[in-house]
Amino acid sequence: MGNMSIDMRVVLSGWELDNPVIPASGVYGYGCEYLDYYDPNILGTFSFKGTTKEPRFGNSTPRIAECRAGMINSVGLQNPGVDKVVSEELPRLKTFFHKPVIANISGFSVEEYVYCAERLTHEKQVGILEVNVSCPNVHCGGMSFGVTPEGAAEVTRAVKAVATKPVYIKLSPNVTDIVAIARACEDAGADGICLINTLLGMRIDVKTRKPIVANTMGGFSGPAIFPVAVRMVYQVAQACKIPVMGCGGVETARDVIEMMMAGATAVQVGTANLTNPYACKEIIDHLPLEMQKLGITKLSEIIGVVK
Amino acid sequence: MEYRILENIPLTDSVFRMVLEGDTSKITRPGQFVNVSVPGYFLRRPISVCDWDDTTLTLIYKVVGDGTEAMSRMQPGDEVDLLTGLGNGFDVTVEAKHPLVVGGGVGVPPLYRLTKELLKAGKRPTVMLGFNTVDEVFYAKEFDALGVGMIVVTSGYVTDRLPSGYDYVYACGPLPMLRALADRIGTAAGQFSFEERMGCGFGACMGCSCQTKSGDKRISKRICKEGPVFKTEEILWETCR
Repeated sequence: MGNMSIDMRVVLSGWELDNPVIPASGVYGYGCEYLDYYDPNILGTFSFKGTTKEPRFGNSTPRIAECRAGMINSVGLQNPGVDKVVSEELPRLKTFFHKPVIANISGFSVEEYVYCAERLTHEKQVGILEVNVSCPNVHCGGMSFGVTPEGAAEVTRAVKAVATKPVYIKLSPNVTDIVAIARACEDAGADGICLINTLLGMRIDVKTRKPIVANTMGGFSGPAIFPVAVRMVYQVAQACKIPVMGCGGVETARDVIEMMMAGATAVQVGTANLTNPYACKEIIDHLPLEMQKLGITKLSEIIGVVK
Repeated sequence: MEYRILENIPLTDSVFRMVLEGDTSKITRPGQFVNVSVPGYFLRRPISVCDWDDTTLTLIYKVVGDGTEAMSRMQPGDEVDLLTGLGNGFDVTVEAKHPLVVGGGVGVPPLYRLTKELLKAGKRPTVMLGFNTVDEVFYAKEFDALGVGMIVVTSGYVTDRLPSGYDYVYACGPLPMLRALADRIGTAAGQFSFEERMGCGFGACMGCSCQTKSGDKRISKRICKEGPVFKTEEILWETCR
C-alpha cells in the first residue's frame, strides 16, 4: 500500500490544510528561522510569534531554564509590534510561504486585542486569528484574561466583533476548570479553541539560591506536559462543538495521532522545534508510515474517536 | 546531524577537548558555535568551535554542570548530534594591522582559530590569555606554536597587563572581563563575543535577546543569531548583566 492512499488533510473552519502539523506560536518567529533547515511550505501552516499592539523587548535574561523533559521560558512576548508585522514581516513571509498563516495576537487590555485583530484580519495571508488570553489584564490587577470564563468571553466577543477571519482562542492550562472557560468562549462566538499554552513553572539554581530565569517564573513546555494537553483537549472536545487545535508536548507522528484521537482537528508542535529544528518535517514525513501501521487511511476520521 | 567522537580528553581538571568527525561545511568563521545534543538532557549545549578542517572539528568546553559533565564522559566512537555553523563569528577583514586578542578562561578556545585566520590575513596579532590559576591554563603552547606575541596571565586581571601598540581588539571571556576591557581600551574598535542561556541556538525562541545600539537607536538582537560577536560600537554595556 503506497502513500497515494493516505489522506492527511484536515479542515479548520472551512480552511483545508494539507496536513494537521502546525508549529506553535513562539517557536517559529515569522517563518524565516527555519529556512536553513527545510521548506516551510510542507507544513499544514504555522502560527506566528505572539504579536502585541506595541513593540516589546520582552523580559530580562536569563529567559530559559532547562527541566527534565522540558524547559521554562520567560521571553515576555518579545515582538516588533503589530504595525511592523503588517508592514515588514508579512510582506517578507509572502515571498517564501504560500499558504495562509495563523496570526497569534496578545493584549494587555481588550482594546489592544481589538487593535491587533483589526490590523491583521484584513491581511490576505492571515487564515485564522489565534487569540492568546494568557496575558495579564493591566486593568484587572494583572490577572490573566484566560483564567475566568468572563475574562475569556469578553476578549472573544470583542475580537469577534471586528474579525472577518475565524477566531480561535488559545487557552491557558493554569485554571481550575478548562471546560467552563472553553464553553464561555464558544458561547461568546469563538470559531475554535487552541490548547494548551505553557504551564506556569519555576526552577532554582541551588548553588546561587536564586531562580534561574530573571522573571522568577515562566512557562513550562516540552514532552512532560503532553499528557496534560491530551487530557485537556479531550475534555474540551467532549464539551464543545467548535474545532480544537491541540498543543502541548507533541514530539512525534504518534503524538499527533494521539492528540487527534483525543479530539484535536489539527495539532501544534512547539518546543520540539527548538531542540530539533527538523521536528515538524520529521513528523510530517513519518505520519503516513504511522497511519499505515495503525490502519488509518484518512487522518480526519480519527478526530475525537475516543469517547 | 550526526558526528563521531575521535577524542575527548581533559586539558585541565575541568576543561576538556573533544574532536569530532563529520560535515563541517556550515562552519565558515571563527567564533561560531555548535549546539550539542547530550543524551538525557533536554536542551542542547552551545559550545564555541576552537578549530576545524574539512572533516573534523575541535571543541574545548568546561564542565560547569550535569550536562557538560555527561559530555565529558562520552567516549571515542560515540555518535553525537550537533547543529553547526551557528552565530555570526568574528570578522577578520577589518582594517587593523596589530590586533590584540584577549581571552579569559573558557572564552579562549574560539580565539585559537581566530588567531590563525588573522595571521593568514597578514595581520600581526598579540594574544593575551587570562586564567584564574596556573593549574587552569590550557592551549598556551598551541597558541605559542602559531608564532604570535603571547602574554599569559595567571594572577590578577588581563586588563592590568594590556600591552600598547594595538589597533583593534578581539575578545571572548566572562562578562566582567569584557566590561573591564571595554573600559580600558577606550575608543579603540573591536569585536567582543558574548554568551547567554539559550533555548534553540538558531534564532527561533528569542531566549537570548539583548539590546544593542546603532547611533541613537536601540536594536534588539539575538546572541545566538546576530551574535555571539558584537562590534564595540553596538554594545550597550548598561544593559549587559
